[in-house]
Amino acid sequence: MHVILEQIINGLTIGSFYALIALGYSMVYGVLKLINFAHGDFFTLGSYLGYTVLVFGAAFMTAHFGLWGALIAALVFAGVSLAIVGLIVERVAYRPVYPAGRLPAVVSALGASIFLQNTIMVGWGPRFQAYPATLIPNVHIQLGSIHLTLLQIMILLLSFALMGTLYYIVQKTTFGAAIRATAHDRKTASLMGININKVILFVFTLGPALGAVTGIMVGMYYRQISFTMGWNYGLKAFTASVLGGIGNIPGAMLGGLILGVLEMLGAAYISAAWKDVFVFIILILVLIFRPTGILGEKTAEKV
Amino acid sequence: MELTPLNGIEKLASSRQLHIALATAAFLIYPFLVSDYFIDIAFYFGIYTLLGLSLNIVLGEVGLFDLGHAGFYAIGAYTTAILNTKFGIPILVLLPLSALAAAFFAYVVCSPVIHLQGDYLLIVTLGMGEIVRLALINNPFDLTGGPNGVFGIDFPSLGPWLVIDSSLEYYFLIWIIVGLTILGLTRLQDSRIGRAWNYIREDETAANANGIDSRSYKLLAFVLGAALAGVAGNVYASKLMCVSPESFTFWESCLMFCIVLIGGMGSIPGVILGAAFISLFPEIFRPFAMYRMLVFGSAMILMMMFRPGGVWPRKRGAVKYESLLEGTGRTDA
Repeated sequence: MHVILEQIINGLTIGSFYALIALGYSMVYGVLKLINFAHGDFFTLGSYLGYTVLVFGAAFMTAHFGLWGALIAALVFAGVSLAIVGLIVERVAYRPVYPAGRLPAVVSALGASIFLQNTIMVGWGPRFQAYPATLIPNVHIQLGSIHLTLLQIMILLLSFALMGTLYYIVQKTTFGAAIRATAHDRKTASLMGININKVILFVFTLGPALGAVTGIMVGMYYRQISFTMGWNYGLKAFTASVLGGIGNIPGAMLGGLILGVLEMLGAAYISAAWKDVFVFIILILVLIFRPTGILGEKTAEKV
Repeated sequence: MELTPLNGIEKLASSRQLHIALATAAFLIYPFLVSDYFIDIAFYFGIYTLLGLSLNIVLGEVGLFDLGHAGFYAIGAYTTAILNTKFGIPILVLLPLSALAAAFFAYVVCSPVIHLQGDYLLIVTLGMGEIVRLALINNPFDLTGGPNGVFGIDFPSLGPWLVIDSSLEYYFLIWIIVGLTILGLTRLQDSRIGRAWNYIREDETAANANGIDSRSYKLLAFVLGAALAGVAGNVYASKLMCVSPESFTFWESCLMFCIVLIGGMGSIPGVILGAAFISLFPEIFRPFAMYRMLVFGSAMILMMMFRPGGVWPRKRGAVKYESLLEGTGRTDA
């Protein structure tokens, strides 16, 4: 029994990574109907920026602000930088292409992804980078028969805090209603006096910032990062957002967590080598029987 | 009303024939002017053209988002690799077999999901492409050789008197296949099938209302596209003499997607230009070393900014006036 519980907790940990990245895909998709292929690279860039702050600024910052201060500084710095990068990419790569339709935007997004990925390679080199190992004390916690690390608990706390905040903003505030309205029907929303540009600004700053924070958490959890890792995580997170119902924000969170747990249970009970196959088969089955994802709404086709 | 010969259109047609003749001549002369290295580059250009043409059927003609096309390519390549190394079946015999294997695979996996729309089809095809690649890595039944792949694939040969083993011969092999494919696809574009495909792309509901069985036509597009990708896989496997899963990643599917969109959806000359961009650009910009992919990414964005419909978008020719009157026994309207 304790194996299954531990696997579920491990699954929730990586599931929360997928969920936080999936939010970026889903928010942008909801508002612009665009698959932002560069989003995985926002995540990688955030991870590298955080790495730089932690490695080169660590001595200075630990002396002045303490260990936690350094960590928070890395998270904030990466988040803010990526919010700016996200806005620039939207301005340069998407806004001029968007009026021409959805498919040119896909190529433009792939172009932006190649550009960002190679910027990282030129800037930090093509090799793996090792995240500093001693940042968070390696404390092991025993809860009954379940074995946890302090890092894991912090990751879960931070991710759920972020997701909870976003959930609150989107579901309970007026601006959240504006975002949901825009995702539902952009044209009508703008006729109702919603400032679409403000919504676009919001999703293109918050999405990449969440990705950057996730990047740092992934770096600390797995201890190593590479400039191509954005593709892998991006693919999984995109899958998660479709699983939950793309464009639907609670759906992205749920999809990410489900994907992470399925992956870990698949690894434990079926086979570690086939776990990704297992995940994709589940995805295909869900889409065959519920073509709009778990929380996606059915919309009538307009003729 | 007097029907005059349409001088303008006929001139256009003859200039088109001239262009095709010039392009063919250039392709025939080119390999004799350059070194093997550049012949190989032109070979990969041919492979990407064939892959672009195969995806163009699905994405360009019918408008189905397929981001897992590398899976079909992989099925073709691995069919060739396994049957050749395990049973010694000659490569050229395996050429149609690889196409059949990929087509059959496409039929089986696409049948249950063909009703999905837009991005949902995209993610399902993407998932299938990934499943194929992961399955190849996991080495089922000890057939695929895991991450290392399969080695020692033969050269294609027609008995002992013609063995295709030099860069030059491979160049001609791939471009003859590409040429035949283009010939076939141009005929297909104007046929009943091609027109039905385009109707589905433009408005599926209206197409259904007019009696087009969109499900069968969509499946046909997938099957045909997969078969061509299988052929590309066959030639690629024998050229490289080995296949490994890393040649068939999600990235490869993305490149094919870009070839079709950069060229122009449903446009055959466009696909050739798109393939040229994807395969030649990184070679031309080799002196820029690690910065070349930065330039490549920026070029993709710029192209979509200035030519969102592709470099050479397809124009549907108007049906000639005379052909409308054919069989009606009338000479004028």
